[in-house]
Amino acid sequence: MLAYIIRRLLIAVPVLLGVTIINFIVINLAPGSPVEMMIDPNTPPADIEAKKDALGLNDPLYLQYIHWLVDVFKGNFGFSLTTYQPVAQMIGERIGPTVTLMGLSFIVGLAIAVPLGIISATRQNSKLDYLATGGSFLGISIPNFFLALGLIYVFSLELKLLPSGGMITLGGDGGFVDRLKHLILPVLVLGTGIAGKKIRYVRSSVIDILGQDYLRTARAKGVREFMVVNKHALRNALIPIVTVIGLEVPILLGGAVVTEQIFSWPGIGQLTMGSIMNRDYPTLMALNLLAAFMVLAANLLTDIIYSVADPRIKYK
Amino acid sequence: MAMLQMSTNKAAGSGGGDGQLAETAVKSSHKEESYAGMVVRRFKKHKLAVAGLVIMTLLSLGAIMAPWIVPHDPYQVTEAFEAEPSAEHLLGTDQVGRDVLSRLIYAARVSLMVGLGSVLISVTIGTVLGLVSGYFGGLVDMAVMRVTDIFMSFPQLMLILVVVSVVGPSLTNVILILGFLGWTGAARLVRGSVLSIKQMDYVKAGVALGLGTPRILFKHILPNALAPILVNATFGIAGAIVSEASLSFLGLGVQPPTASWGNMLTDAQSLTVLTSQPWLWLPPGIMIVVSVLSVNFIGDGLRDAMDPKSLK
Amino acid sequence: MVNQELAGRQPLLQIEQLKTYYPIRKGVISRTASHVKAVDGVNLAIYPGETVGLVGESGCGKSTIGRTIVRLEEPTEGRILFRGDDIAHYGSKAMKQVRSDMQMIFQDPYSSLNPRKRISDILAEPLLVHGILPKEQVAGEVEKLLEIVGLPKSYKNRYPHEFSGGQRQRIGIARALSLKPKLIVCDEPVSALDVSIQAQVLNLLKDLQKEFQLTYLFIGHGLGAVRYISDRIAVMYLGKVVEIATTESIFRQPKHPYTRALLSAYPVPNPHLRTKERIVIQGDVPSPANPPSGCRFHTRCPLAMAICREQEPELKGAQHSVACFASEA
Repeated sequence: MLAYIIRRLLIAVPVLLGVTIINFIVINLAPGSPVEMMIDPNTPPADIEAKKDALGLNDPLYLQYIHWLVDVFKGNFGFSLTTYQPVAQMIGERIGPTVTLMGLSFIVGLAIAVPLGIISATRQNSKLDYLATGGSFLGISIPNFFLALGLIYVFSLELKLLPSGGMITLGGDGGFVDRLKHLILPVLVLGTGIAGKKIRYVRSSVIDILGQDYLRTARAKGVREFMVVNKHALRNALIPIVTVIGLEVPILLGGAVVTEQIFSWPGIGQLTMGSIMNRDYPTLMALNLLAAFMVLAANLLTDIIYSVADPRIKYK
Repeated sequence: MAMLQMSTNKAAGSGGGDGQLAETAVKSSHKEESYAGMVVRRFKKHKLAVAGLVIMTLLSLGAIMAPWIVPHDPYQVTEAFEAEPSAEHLLGTDQVGRDVLSRLIYAARVSLMVGLGSVLISVTIGTVLGLVSGYFGGLVDMAVMRVTDIFMSFPQLMLILVVVSVVGPSLTNVILILGFLGWTGAARLVRGSVLSIKQMDYVKAGVALGLGTPRILFKHILPNALAPILVNATFGIAGAIVSEASLSFLGLGVQPPTASWGNMLTDAQSLTVLTSQPWLWLPPGIMIVVSVLSVNFIGDGLRDAMDPKSLK
Repeated sequence: MVNQELAGRQPLLQIEQLKTYYPIRKGVISRTASHVKAVDGVNLAIYPGETVGLVGESGCGKSTIGRTIVRLEEPTEGRILFRGDDIAHYGSKAMKQVRSDMQMIFQDPYSSLNPRKRISDILAEPLLVHGILPKEQVAGEVEKLLEIVGLPKSYKNRYPHEFSGGQRQRIGIARALSLKPKLIVCDEPVSALDVSIQAQVLNLLKDLQKEFQLTYLFIGHGLGAVRYISDRIAVMYLGKVVEIATTESIFRQPKHPYTRALLSAYPVPNPHLRTKERIVIQGDVPSPANPPSGCRFHTRCPLAMAICREQEPELKGAQHSVACFASEA
């Protein structure tokens, strides 16, 4: 078990290095060198030349990469080209709102998908099943931004029930209810996408399990159908559902960019869009690294949870 | 010796019976149906998939014949700014007076081009890498899979956005970027199929018969891995259409004046458009949903029709 | 007897000290911790025109030998002499030449035919790849092959799923014959078939052997089939050959205790011919990753002596070879 975790961690190292290389190459294609961008913009012009020399800007690309990587390891992601703040600090301020948004969306998505998927599976080919399946296809097919616009149109502009953006009402008290109101629409947008995908997944997973012999045995022994589904089947059906949770992180992060942009949610998604618009490459590099790191961590965590949850998995 | 005697007798007694017996059995149960025939028959049972196919066919026809069927020039700026739907302009006009319906039809070309173009690139790359990785294994496999892991670690949309911001937004760039960044799923899928197919005795037989490796890969393994590739490609088209729409919506995809469903929605970010000019944002949004939904249904239908396990 | 006839001739295939190991990977960096010794030093000669049967429990390495000979598995050590040339390390180009003389028939008739190809394509492909016949003659040759294996030539446009197991195995045989090989490795060709069909396929193999002067290495699970078709039989246990002799001597006077145990488990249809002796071997087959020291069978052998634990017995005897200290004594 421990060897397995260590192995997975060791595999993650070259992948993370690859991530940094691709990141570095992509950003290097842009005008200006990332190393150049690391210089504190408050440096007087006379010192810049000296600093460039010291930073080895005329070194071959691979040396520049190593320099940059060492800096990254020290936690120095450079300075934003637009706000002149240290990038690490900017990201630190914005990661909280994004994690809140993603986490809640995830919970809401599963809260919709798991019951619907189970109902769908236990009543195959019923009207409810068709409805759930149709709903899940709609959830998959509707782009985040269109759903967001639609929800804003209905709930903010027509019904005037919920705010159309931001995290708190400007000049308001910023209390719990206010924050919650601001969360509802963006969480609904991201949660719908998750639910759409998971309904079908839960459905097929439960159907698979329900056909297994040990459930037939349980039924033959006279266990009531409710207990068969909820006690015996669900536990085993949930294992494969847990395993695909890690796969949702990159999709949620991508969705967060669009959703945060539309709802003016002050998270890393909005920061990403702003950095792209302003060509703020130091910030972009850091954001991309962070995102990749989150994805890798999520994958690692799922694999470990999976191996703990399912005793059949061998730690190879 | 008794055993030997017995088995010879038995064999002599029923000589050739195997062939004849089995032949009649085969004739009664199989109606000489080819694999393609079976897939078509099962696909037809999936009503939503058939509906999706009909919609996508109509949409493709509309896109191909756009220059002949549009009521107005989609680029023609008129003085009727933001006109409400009318007999002249069925879906009204946009901020600079262009006919929304005509732009909507032209935008279908963009969506289909992006969907087909990028998936063609990504599936080709993914298939070749997956085949090579799965068949040869070892170091090649490890290298390919690590590269796949690296690409999968980036949230796709984020990486796409960054690359677009570096190379600049345009229709061609969007197709290329979606194509060159979207191959990972196909690569993993194909690798998985190859790993199981290469254990099949008919592949071993191919090796024993001295057929060359490219021949075994492309003529024996690939045709048997085609079903999941095709399903993956179909869902990939739907994904690419959404990605293009999202990029164009954010102003980083297809650039005006070229019409794309995504960039037609960009203006809906202003509250006036959203509240009082629904003809500007509802039709392109609905077109995206309808086309993506149709393609997803087709994918689902194909998956059911080609799944060897669900023999209905 | 067969053996005397063969004694003066050169073997068609001779394997010497053949070893095929599979690595077992372990630990953090997947280093190769040990090996599964599927085939662990086997010597075997097969003479032109004869059928050598290879028997043993599942997992004893008999199929691996077959697959290694036709180079579907890479030999770890040893020589594979085919008509005197060591092909153990031939590259794919050199191997292609050999392959037309050495073919294989597979166990599972359901996975051995490509489901996406018509029978005509399956049979024509090797002919075209090896350029054996001009293109225009290939179609005729395909029909001829179908006829040879007892199938109507009208079947050529069908797909594999339209055939029964026995018919599929006939197609597999036709495919192996297409290149006009000298040696055919039959890897349990009848064990996946219904008993009533097994005999037909065995008879077909026998007929074809006569007609085309074929040499068979017949790997079998069921002793009945192996006895019926083989001139000589080699018995394997845990990656080693423990006894080789003519079919008759093996059945009449089995020398190795393992062979005796195998034979005693084989049902004799005639109750009067049944021997009273019934040998049941104790315990499980040891792991081929970590075979026992000395004679591999000593952990389960009723006759095991002290020497069996320490030394490995060699295969001895010209006509009837056996690797057992007890039978020497």
